[in-house]
Amino acid sequence: MSLDKDTVRRIAMLARIKVPEADLETMAGELNNILGWIEQLDEVDTDGVEPMTSVSDFRPELRADVVNDGGDAERALANAPENANGFFVVPKVID
Amino acid sequence: MSKLLKGRTGDWEIVIGLEIHAQSITKAKLFSGASTAFGAEPNTQVSLVDAAMPGMLPVLNEESVRQAVRSGLALNSKINLHSVFARKNYFYPDLPQGYQISQFESPIVGEGELEIDLADGEVVTVGIERLHLEQDAGKSLHDQHPTKTYIDLNRSGITLMEIVSKPDMRSSEEAVEYATKVRSILRYIDTCDGNMQEGSLRCDANVSVRRPGEALGTRCEIKNLNSFRYLRQAIDHEAVRQVEILEDGGKIAQETRLYDTAKGETRSMRSKEEAHDYRYFPDPDLLPIDLSEEFVARMKATLPELPDARKERFVTAYALSPYDASVLVSERDTADYFETVAAGRDSKLAANWVISDLFGRLNKLTIPVSASPVSAEALGELIDLISDQTISGRIAKDVFSEMFESGEGAKAIVEKKGLRQVTDEGAIRGQVQSVIDDNPDKVADYRGGNDKLVGWFMGQVMKASQGKANPGMVNKLLREMLSA
Repeated sequence: MSLDKDTVRRIAMLARIKVPEADLETMAGELNNILGWIEQLDEVDTDGVEPMTSVSDFRPELRADVVNDGGDAERALANAPENANGFFVVPKVID
Repeated sequence: MSKLLKGRTGDWEIVIGLEIHAQSITKAKLFSGASTAFGAEPNTQVSLVDAAMPGMLPVLNEESVRQAVRSGLALNSKINLHSVFARKNYFYPDLPQGYQISQFESPIVGEGELEIDLADGEVVTVGIERLHLEQDAGKSLHDQHPTKTYIDLNRSGITLMEIVSKPDMRSSEEAVEYATKVRSILRYIDTCDGNMQEGSLRCDANVSVRRPGEALGTRCEIKNLNSFRYLRQAIDHEAVRQVEILEDGGKIAQETRLYDTAKGETRSMRSKEEAHDYRYFPDPDLLPIDLSEEFVARMKATLPELPDARKERFVTAYALSPYDASVLVSERDTADYFETVAAGRDSKLAANWVISDLFGRLNKLTIPVSASPVSAEALGELIDLISDQTISGRIAKDVFSEMFESGEGAKAIVEKKGLRQVTDEGAIRGQVQSVIDDNPDKVADYRGGNDKLVGWFMGQVMKASQGKANPGMVNKLLREMLSA
């Protein structure tokens, strides 16, 4: 797999990361190195092996349906760059 | 009834699929211990998990799993013993994680089907594609400030069950009936309160049109319909819009649209070409859900009798018409109310009183049956008074009004107001006689062949008795004494 400049531009846009046009080429090269490294995994024969999302057989305890968190708007808003009347405040977005 | 849409150039078939977002009834959120109660002050029900603070980890709420499995079973759908949470990536300020935790390739519930009854008696089968678990987003308020958007994360992280149908519906009526049925089932089993005003149940409609028998057309998705009325209107308007474009030689652009309730039309949401690249991948913070057959069987055992089964039982056990039965079973509270009233009584009489008199009043005042001022027991008492001839059906209507307004019992009202029906033949005979004596002209008319006058005499006697005379006896005595 190989990424070209256009793909990198698109990925950057989807991730909302601003990458200057001049850096796209370099970044494509770096990403391709990383992908090449990961592609070593293709050497392993996985025929007949179920895809899995975790190597762990462990199944955690689920949470009981009990309210034991929240209730502190100030704490939730503590890191917000801007807030008013208990709301987070952001630049206007209308879709 | 033809469901085809007539265009200038011939008939078109509408094809509809629905996505229903149903909020689960749980106390805490899908992955955090914050409360799900509606209407709290902004951001007072937000854990650091819901606000997506770095390092916070989601822990799955067991009740959300139970509710999803129970819903899947009640919707006649296959439960997947193995399911996986995935991240759906997109940016919006009311989604602090930058992704929504949802399920993609492996949802907790797979295919199934529902039968829906249309008004003309037709039965339509609608396929269910899947039901998956996902987090709700927060709420954006755009009207609080000219240049800012305000965000409340109380809803962020609440459990949603997204129920996706197959594109099996062919008219807005079918879509509304299907959505109504899903809502009714979820309310029966207490997995979603179905409150559309509060947003606990929302619909997205996928609409396309085609010539009958041809391949599927390009569809548009109409988002966030929060009432069945809007669902119907949005589909009807969207179908006409698409037909007009196609008949003018145009092409339908696949896009997301909003229904403008004020204008009664759909319009395009600003469509960014790449906005729909969600780049799903399995959520590394969450392990798959693995259920046992035994767990699923246990969930199945918790289900109450569902609307379809109950309707059939009402038809056979209470000899109700399918229509009356479907009206009564649409809500669990209503069906329970009816069964209490009908127990040991004339079931048709009970159904009439519940449907015409009680619902008539409740609907006018938009009071739910659970808050009815006349309890099922109280209505039963009133019906007993009719059945044992203590009062006539006519007087019963007045007594019912009084019960509804004062909350008093039927017997108490009948005694207090002296409404007990007069069945003493001698007393009625006397009243009939005095009406005859007072109206010699009318009597002569009647005897001359004007049979219709019996109704007038009836009215006079009933008036004289203040409505308390037994109507059957009055009728019988009148005919006998007028002919004498």
